[in-house]
Amino acid sequence: MGREEFLFLLTGLKWTVALSAVAFVCGCVAGLMVALLRTSGVAIVERLTAGYIAVFQGTPLLMQLFVVYYGLALIGIQMDAWAAVSVGLTLHASAFLGEIWRGSIEAVPRGQTEAAKALGLGYVSRMKDVVLPQAIRISLPATIGFLVQLIKGTSLASIVGFTELTRAGNIISNQIFQPLTVFGIVGALYFLMCCPLTIYGAHLERKFLTASR
Amino acid sequence: MNYTLDFTPVLDGLPNLLSACLGTFTLAICGMLLAIVIGIGGVILRQSQFKPLRWLVIGFVELIRNTPFLVQIFFIYFALPLAGIRLDPTPTAIIALGINGGAYAIEIIRGGVQSISKGQTEAGLALGLHKAQVFRLIILKPALRTIYPSLTSQFILLTLTTSIASAISAYELTSVSQRIESDSFRSFEVYFTVTAFYLVISWVMMRIFAFFSARYFSYPLR
Repeated sequence: MGREEFLFLLTGLKWTVALSAVAFVCGCVAGLMVALLRTSGVAIVERLTAGYIAVFQGTPLLMQLFVVYYGLALIGIQMDAWAAVSVGLTLHASAFLGEIWRGSIEAVPRGQTEAAKALGLGYVSRMKDVVLPQAIRISLPATIGFLVQLIKGTSLASIVGFTELTRAGNIISNQIFQPLTVFGIVGALYFLMCCPLTIYGAHLERKFLTASR
Repeated sequence: MNYTLDFTPVLDGLPNLLSACLGTFTLAICGMLLAIVIGIGGVILRQSQFKPLRWLVIGFVELIRNTPFLVQIFFIYFALPLAGIRLDPTPTAIIALGINGGAYAIEIIRGGVQSISKGQTEAGLALGLHKAQVFRLIILKPALRTIYPSLTSQFILLTLTTSIASAISAYELTSVSQRIESDSFRSFEVYFTVTAFYLVISWVMMRIFAFFSARYFSYPLR
């Protein structure tokens, strides 16, 4: 494999990073919303968000991308593959992060909420200043774990037709007929992105575990 | 919006889709069995006194957990023929699923094995049980019960991952739906229906796991 081919893979890598970043950031915003609705205390809203989460957790990411990709076109929103895949991954991330954060919001001791109420704090301030800072700390290892999953999930964008790292690998592999070298390098590039995150997540988990003893 | 939904291609393809569901189940269950074998084998190797063997297992687990399944399945698909093994896409997909699920299973089972206190092992050895018996009866079974929830949710994920096997055109639900889609161009209708199928499949899997849990792990804790 020559220099040209490797540079093409790096262009693909750039798009993988961009896609992961967009999906993670937008997914965090939407996920926070999902988590707050899921713990809102209003039965019907909690039910609906639980259903939303269950649908995303019970179907393959690939199918979610297909449905969003063709569904958006159907309701008249013309989008290129890049935007459609971003929307699909964002929705996917919002459901998973929503569920992770629901767990950590519920893991914050009830006394904290009660104390905040007793002090006369409103909902916004109670969440923003008391519950969420603690919940986010609890959720960090799982959130980073999901980020790794999301980065790996962006590879499915290649099946929908968006040229990120895996599809770049496919193209090069078809050109130079060295699939093992190409997919070995592609795998190594993913590994270099994900492994530091995995190690950091495990480190945080250990730290919190010892801190809570 | 001037598009009318038309589900006739989906209805016409229903028999094909339903038998493809069986294909998905086959992939998932064979993949799980292979994953359990790799998982238990990996945990035994991971505890070996021989350090390089332990590193090998750790390296394998981290390599698999930090790369996408799609890249893994492509790699295995192209690597097996070079190793002189010619297989159809479906068995290849099962191997890939087993290897992927196995890496996660190693981590999960290891966590369970570590939760068994050392005293249990020592008591077993003191009672004259063989090392293999101690592992099977005293460590593995209670460990499996402890980790059952996380292992089964990993297996649900594995079931959903089978859809990626369509990339090497293994016989399962997604590849069949892609064929129907490319014949009819009713993309949204096809994929929407198939998504609902997957929802049912993962629900059925959960019921099966709950049944096994009630059947085999319902003995009292103490």
